[in-house]
Amino acid sequence: METGTWRVKVGLAQMLKGGVIMDVVTPEHAKIAEEAGACAVMALERVPADIRKAGGVARMSDPSVIEAIMKAVSIPVMAKCRIGHFVEAQVLEAMGIDYIDESEVLTPADQAHHVWKHDFKVPFVCGCRNLGEALRRIGEGAAMIRTKGEAGTGDIVEAVRHMRAVQDEIRKVINMPENELMAEAKELQAPFELVAEIHKTGKLPVVNFAAGGVATPADAALMMQLGADGIFVGSGIFKSSDPEVRAKAIVKATTHYKDAKIIAEVSKNLGQAMTGEDVKQIPPDKLMAGRGW
Amino acid sequence: MIIGVLALQGAFAEHIELLKKLKVDAVPVRLPHQLEGLGGLIIPGGESTTITKLMANYNLTHKISELAQKSFPIFGTCAGMIVIASGVANGKIEPVGAIAIKVKRNAFGRQVDSFETELSIPVLGKKPFMGVFIRAPLIESVGKGVEVLAKLADGTIVAARQGKLLVCAFHPELTDDLRFHQYFLDIISGKR
Repeated sequence: METGTWRVKVGLAQMLKGGVIMDVVTPEHAKIAEEAGACAVMALERVPADIRKAGGVARMSDPSVIEAIMKAVSIPVMAKCRIGHFVEAQVLEAMGIDYIDESEVLTPADQAHHVWKHDFKVPFVCGCRNLGEALRRIGEGAAMIRTKGEAGTGDIVEAVRHMRAVQDEIRKVINMPENELMAEAKELQAPFELVAEIHKTGKLPVVNFAAGGVATPADAALMMQLGADGIFVGSGIFKSSDPEVRAKAIVKATTHYKDAKIIAEVSKNLGQAMTGEDVKQIPPDKLMAGRGW
Repeated sequence: MIIGVLALQGAFAEHIELLKKLKVDAVPVRLPHQLEGLGGLIIPGGESTTITKLMANYNLTHKISELAQKSFPIFGTCAGMIVIASGVANGKIEPVGAIAIKVKRNAFGRQVDSFETELSIPVLGKKPFMGVFIRAPLIESVGKGVEVLAKLADGTIVAARQGKLLVCAFHPELTDDLRFHQYFLDIISGKR
């Protein structure tokens, strides 16, 4: 009997596919998310929109907040550690968290290195803006990837850009002759073995969700049609006027992402979406997606 | 013959891939009308709360329960096993109630306790079968007419069959071993 194997780490992400992972800050939020059909929750002290507003250094949440959420629901619970902060990761693992998000939403703890994730039994999800970044994270042991988007904005434009970039580069790797893969690995700054694996299998070796800017059911379905395996919704639910109804609608739109009639139906009377922020109006040094190396 | 794979949430694509390797046509099922004309249905692993809620939304719970009563073949893996069980010991799940087993969700602990282990499954032959258990459920008890197919070393029941209904607590779709799916196809065709 063996625990913490690559197969069970990647396997849990496979079980989350086609689902919606929701950011929650209280046990009550977590119960609303579970009741709405979330396939997992991300336990946080503050949603990204509030982290953005508050400024300062954003760190791992208080373990008591995370623990209260773990007790409240039976679905998997994820939590965030800072980029490179392997002790925050050790703490989360010791608490029995189901997945760690090494996240650009928090202030990075290391400007050169990410956590060496192979050392852990708990699986990690990491953000990416392109294929090279995704494969570097997988090389370090990430068992799941999410495109970054721009967290806390409610603006889907960056999520789309990052998903298209990853999918375009995958298509390119699949279609190029084998003798060009080494130069492509150099270009992508990615491990050669993983580039070769994509060329052979035609897909990423792990699950890839979309994150950062999803605010409506149509946003979720858009990301699914662009090739996401599932959806992270951060501020989009609990910063809206009616979280319960919106959460249910986003879950349904993610499942029935190709069925525009159902998306139309579930999009009715949801109340006010989160106000959001146009990514173009945010100064470059305030963008979160650039964090990560 | 076409096999449907319930595609509301979870690892449905993996089952479809595996069935392709067995040269069987497989289609995703998201709405009740897509169940028509199928030779059998697989309910995949995923989150059982999510899957049962999405089933209830579009009347799939009722439709699948009706089919099960007419001895329509259904194979449930992990969350899929919970979905078609007759009782769930913990959690507010409303299962279809097709197969006479009582299950317990997340029975082995959290993700850090997820594990792989070789199983002896006599109906699949002598070669051990790799059981991949991810936040897995277990079968607490079985009712009349249910055949136990596999147990862990400590006696925990992890696979069972009742007529044309087949369940396991682990994930054959995460392995390259086709025998469990072939066994389901043999149940459908009446060979087993």
